[in-house]
Amino acid sequence: MAMIKKERLRIGLLIVSLIFILVGLYREEVMTVLVKAINICLECVGIG
Amino acid sequence: MVKIKRKLVQIITAISTNSYIAGFIKGDIYKGKLKQFCVPGLNCYSCPGALGSCPIGSLQAVIGSAKYQISFYVLGIITFFGSLLGRFVCGWLCPFGLIQEWIHKIPSKKLRISSKNPAKYLKYIILLVFVIVLPMFVVNRIGMGDPFFCKYICPAGTLEAGIPLIILNPSLRQAIGAIFSWKVFLLLLTIVASIFIARPFCRFICPLGAIYGMFNPISFYKLRVADEKCVRCNKCTKACPIVIETYKTPNSPECIRCGECIQACPTNAITSSFSLKEGDGTKGVNSKKAEIQ
Repeated sequence: MAMIKKERLRIGLLIVSLIFILVGLYREEVMTVLVKAINICLECVGIG
Repeated sequence: MVKIKRKLVQIITAISTNSYIAGFIKGDIYKGKLKQFCVPGLNCYSCPGALGSCPIGSLQAVIGSAKYQISFYVLGIITFFGSLLGRFVCGWLCPFGLIQEWIHKIPSKKLRISSKNPAKYLKYIILLVFVIVLPMFVVNRIGMGDPFFCKYICPAGTLEAGIPLIILNPSLRQAIGAIFSWKVFLLLLTIVASIFIARPFCRFICPLGAIYGMFNPISFYKLRVADEKCVRCNKCTKACPIVIETYKTPNSPECIRCGECIQACPTNAITSSFSLKEGDGTKGVNSKKAEIQ
């Protein structure tokens, strides 16, 4: 029983992850990631 | 054999995700569209060679933006890698993990800190406070929060982005101040700690490792211990750089899936697999307790 639960959880998480990615794409979060990543992150460097 | 294979995978991953050579020549970073994708490991997107984005940096960037409070996109990517691989990412695909392993090869007395040491919980606190809560709630007038983990803690950013850019880019050099000094101090601390302790940053600090660790007991990639073969000799624990009692906790959240235990097992009781199915009756001794620890 516990094994079946784990297997379902595995599949469930994978599906949730794909749904989350699609929701993120729909909300255009990817643009925020891109804008942050293509500019030098001064905080990461230790300046900002 | 696993050692060589893992090292090769680590090196190939590190090089392929940081292969923007022009960045190292010009003292700048890659600005192409590949940067909208997150790499699985902790890899600063301001590294001159980086072709993809760091998941932890991206998570903070979206949480700290004025427009969003949560990032479905980045959480989805982390959950995707986590549910498939768990901390296999840490052991095989993270460039900063590789760097720590190289530093650990420096001859010295090695400290073996048990995987049960409470210091392991620090990374969960860092994840909650520096990656989620502070960027979400400590915001400026237009609602933007800083990436607190990147800004005040991340030694990977200092090593992969800060130092190369400061060396290569004179305009950035003029702007360094107290925060840079603090971050260099933390980097030096990490380097010194890495000489004596295996992967100290991954074990005690890394918020990405904290997330992937939570997936270890349920990920498609998993370790199994055949109860009928295991003689409880504890050789797996002795071989484990993280000092995990693998025969009891094959899927511990601390396990980085390096495979040392598989090599060390004299009865071949430990195996790894990538599958949906939970198993064929082979599981860790005291496995119920094991999954929780």
